[in-house]
Amino acid sequence: MLKFILLRMAQAIPVVLAVITVTFFLVRAAPGGPFDSEKAVLPEVKKALEAQYKLDVPLTDQYLGYLADLADGDLGPSFKYPGRSVNEILASGLPVTAELGVYALCFALFIGVLAGILAALRPNTKQDYVPMTLAMIGICMPSFLLGPILILVFGIYLEWLPISGWGDLPGDKILPSITLGSAYAAYIARLSRAGMLEILSQDYIRTARAKGASDSRVVFKHALRGGLIPVIAFLGPAFAGLLAGSFVVETIFQIPGLGRFYVQAAFNRDYTMILGTTVFLSVLIVIFNLISDVLAAWMDPRLRTQFSKAK
Amino acid sequence: MSSPTHHLAEEDIEASSLWRDARLRLQKNHLAVVGAVALVIVILAVSLAPWIAPYEYDAQDLNLGATAPSAAHWFGTDIFGRDLLTQILYGGRISLAVGFIATAVALIIGVSWGSVAGYCGGRIDAVMMRFVDVLYALPFMIFIILLMVVFGRNMILLFLAIGAVEWLTMARIMRTQVQSLKQKEFVEAATSTGLSPLVILYRHIIPNAVGPMIVYTTLTIPSVMLLEAFLSFLGLGIQPPATSWGLLISYGAETMEEYPWLLIFPGAALTLTLFSLNFLGDGLRDALDVRGSKD
Amino acid sequence: MSLLTVKDLSVSFVTRNGTVQAVQSVNVEVKENALTAIIGESGSGKSVLCYALLGLIPTPPGRIDGGEAWFAGQDLLTLSQRDLRRVRGSQIGMVFQDPMTSLNPFLRIGEQLTEPLLLHTDLSKKQAKTRAIELLEEVGLNEPEQAMQAYPFEFSGGMRQRVMIAMALINEPKLLIADEPTTALDATIQAQILDLIKSLQTRRGIGVLFISHDLAVVAEIADEILVMEKGNAVECGNTQAVIENPQHDYTKKLLASIPSGAPRNYEPKPQTLLSVEGLKTWFYTNAKTHPVRAVDDVSFAIQKGEVLGLVGESGSGKSTLGRSLLKLVNITEGSVHFDGINLSTINTPDLKALRRRMQMIFQDPYSSLNPRMTVFDTLAEPLLLHNLVNRADLGAAVRILMDNVGLASAFAKKYPHEFSGGQRQRIAIGRAIATKPDFVVADEPVSALDVTIQAQILRLLADLKEEYGITMLFVSHDLAVIRQISDRVAVMYNGKLEEIGPTKAVFEQPESAYTRRLLQAIPGQNVEFG
Repeated sequence: MLKFILLRMAQAIPVVLAVITVTFFLVRAAPGGPFDSEKAVLPEVKKALEAQYKLDVPLTDQYLGYLADLADGDLGPSFKYPGRSVNEILASGLPVTAELGVYALCFALFIGVLAGILAALRPNTKQDYVPMTLAMIGICMPSFLLGPILILVFGIYLEWLPISGWGDLPGDKILPSITLGSAYAAYIARLSRAGMLEILSQDYIRTARAKGASDSRVVFKHALRGGLIPVIAFLGPAFAGLLAGSFVVETIFQIPGLGRFYVQAAFNRDYTMILGTTVFLSVLIVIFNLISDVLAAWMDPRLRTQFSKAK
Repeated sequence: MSSPTHHLAEEDIEASSLWRDARLRLQKNHLAVVGAVALVIVILAVSLAPWIAPYEYDAQDLNLGATAPSAAHWFGTDIFGRDLLTQILYGGRISLAVGFIATAVALIIGVSWGSVAGYCGGRIDAVMMRFVDVLYALPFMIFIILLMVVFGRNMILLFLAIGAVEWLTMARIMRTQVQSLKQKEFVEAATSTGLSPLVILYRHIIPNAVGPMIVYTTLTIPSVMLLEAFLSFLGLGIQPPATSWGLLISYGAETMEEYPWLLIFPGAALTLTLFSLNFLGDGLRDALDVRGSKD
Repeated sequence: MSLLTVKDLSVSFVTRNGTVQAVQSVNVEVKENALTAIIGESGSGKSVLCYALLGLIPTPPGRIDGGEAWFAGQDLLTLSQRDLRRVRGSQIGMVFQDPMTSLNPFLRIGEQLTEPLLLHTDLSKKQAKTRAIELLEEVGLNEPEQAMQAYPFEFSGGMRQRVMIAMALINEPKLLIADEPTTALDATIQAQILDLIKSLQTRRGIGVLFISHDLAVVAEIADEILVMEKGNAVECGNTQAVIENPQHDYTKKLLASIPSGAPRNYEPKPQTLLSVEGLKTWFYTNAKTHPVRAVDDVSFAIQKGEVLGLVGESGSGKSTLGRSLLKLVNITEGSVHFDGINLSTINTPDLKALRRRMQMIFQDPYSSLNPRMTVFDTLAEPLLLHNLVNRADLGAAVRILMDNVGLASAFAKKYPHEFSGGQRQRIAIGRAIATKPDFVVADEPVSALDVTIQAQILRLLADLKEEYGITMLFVSHDLAVIRQISDRVAVMYNGKLEEIGPTKAVFEQPESAYTRRLLQAIPGQNVEFG
């Protein structure tokens, strides 16, 4: 198993490097600089600013300098918020986004797996159609539609829950988490249903029944392990999607997380901010993909022993 | 080369091709049929927008402002007094266009890439699919946002960017299809008969790979549309004066407390269209999946 | 003493095309310390019957229409699912057909093996483990402690089937139901498992209900035989009586289909059509450093006009050898000469012309035909490619071809999925002989077919060979079939040629030890089939 992990990590490094490089040159290639949108700036002042932020040296030198800083873990200063470094801004936004992501994922996993299993146990009956139709709605209703609707219904009409902020008022984490997680709950429901149905039609399930196992034992002891593998494998892409989804959800619910900072940085052409956040998020995604792949492989004993045995 | 079958005499027994079987199965699936019908209605409506829209696209009436649905304005008006139904019709053109065109781009690239890789096998396959794997690992959402920011809000670029994300999965699916077909005995039989690889590819392999590709294409269009709506919502997609459902939803979300209809109607349009596409896609998957009865 | 008495059992299924009567009023009895075999081809209802006994049929589509099944004083068909669960795995044990898929790949052997004990008895985990190890020894597994920790994929088919049998017997059931337990196994392994089941039956004094499609397999171990056709019980009785004195036409047909008869006398044919020298076909995968040596240094010749039977078990390389001769896979080393032409040095246009003269019939009738081409198109394709017929005569030529393989020409516009397995194989044969080839490789052409259909197709192949003057390489794992159809026989094992010679000589005086083992494994060889 260790060999598998190391191999995947080695494969991940060029990816991360590619991400950094492409992002760097893309951002720099954009028309307009970080100081252009401000009120007209005197040319001397502009020059001084550029010197301060090292924008006046050749592009390749800037690139190498950036890489060197990265190696130190320094993501550079923010252009938009002088005096604050990207690291600081990331550090303030990360815990918030992480918490949002975790709640959303837990919601998605819990509801999704449960719904999927229930549907697979009685296919083509109400127990199947109802959850799956709800799942279809979840997939077809994007978070930026669901969020405002939830706000309207629960926040404004019913006044049950707060509609903005994070951690300021009790219960203000509920709506954002549900909004972010529901599309994934829907997708996971469909995945786990398909996975369970596939496993339940296997011969070894019939063997288990022939041994006298009860229905619940068949499901939990024999079917679940195999049926959930597609869900585990989906966790990597789900994580990437949740991060992207957080951009929208944080904007709608006014949550001071990474997503919102990223979107603002994109608009403001805050080079280091964009670069820093992209690099950081990309590394996170790559790591999470790795974990999800490793988990899925580990769950299948055929793959597990194959990679453990020293060859 | 025309099919030799037309040499047959009239008294030969009518056969049931797999397409016909699939079509019959699909017709029995009510949800899929409803989805297909709804889709056709939507496509017709937005295509005929210039003729059937009750108002001019950019007709503003600032005195009117935002009004709730009424006889004059079925879906109400926005804060500039523009008829919402008209906006939705025209916006639908863009949303659907992006959906279909970007999917088409992804399809062309993905199918070509995947079938070459799958058919050639060996080193070519390894290299081509490694390329796909590396691209797949990149966090695309972030890149698209970056691209949109960097290069401005160009519609063509939007299509290309979205297509560039989706072609990867298409390529993977096509490659798996072609690979598994290549190993089927009837492909070996075709080689044994003496057919050239190109003929085998287009007469034996591709017709049998079409089924899953149709299903996947139908299911890709809604996710592409969602992507466009997402970008437009963030302000990074379609720009005014053009409009799309995503953009309309974002305007609606801003003013949803006072004017909820501005959110509900575009949202419903998007959701219903996505519903139809997904149900149709699911129905197609069920109908085409069975490849032939085993006795 | 009767263990299981089934009276008038009827089971039906509601399908898309109406209600199918899978089992119709069948009676069967299993006695203590006896083995009752149910013989039937596909669609006979034999498997449905035994699943119905244990309530393993899903009851929408399935439905038990009537009948009784008396076991240990209870009618199994009237029991609730909860009561049936108490019977399953403890009083009645069941073994299934495919050991590859019948064991849970995600759980260790020990866990699966102890499960029936933990479900039905009060034994502790430790006691169950000890008992499981005893069982593994009883079924012939070496190093049972290590086996307990292993996963199913680490075992071969034969070993997995032994585990399945152990699992079925661990609670000391009085009745063992075995659904085609050896069908998926190689010949030599099959013989071992058959021996194991019979010895367990006599040693433990249990009753065994053994399902099979192959009379030859059960002829030596069954005490009673029940023959089923299309859901009906057509004949039953003592094994000897049924085999020596069959009453029903279907039973007679089954018996007649068993490939038998003494191998013919050998007449050496003078001219060599194919000569193979030092042939090696190795497959390199990037995962491993050592290649798979599918064909490892094989040399022999095929004479014009003869049928050379190529026999071997799975993994022997026989299919790869056939494909190498037709250049459907790349040869690693060595040479193949077809009518003097070296296949390794031939150029593409010449190869295309040569393909007209050598063709292949494949094993799986369900995947050897393009599902999107009509019969007509499939048969016309080789004719058109090699310009053997002009457009005007095409229809007539295809019709003649269909006649020759026994297909009604009115079916020409139909698609493969509308035909049965036997009919599809006829289409495949038609495609192979369309160009009137000199040489045909038949790769297990009847292995996927029912026994009665098998006999028909073998006859068709023999007739066509005579009529068209074809030289044939007949690949199979079934020695009885090989003995019936071949002039000479080649035996393959692990990529190498173990033995080659006239059929009579090889079967009656085998030289290699492996050939001897194979011959001993032929099922039913000690029985005289009329």
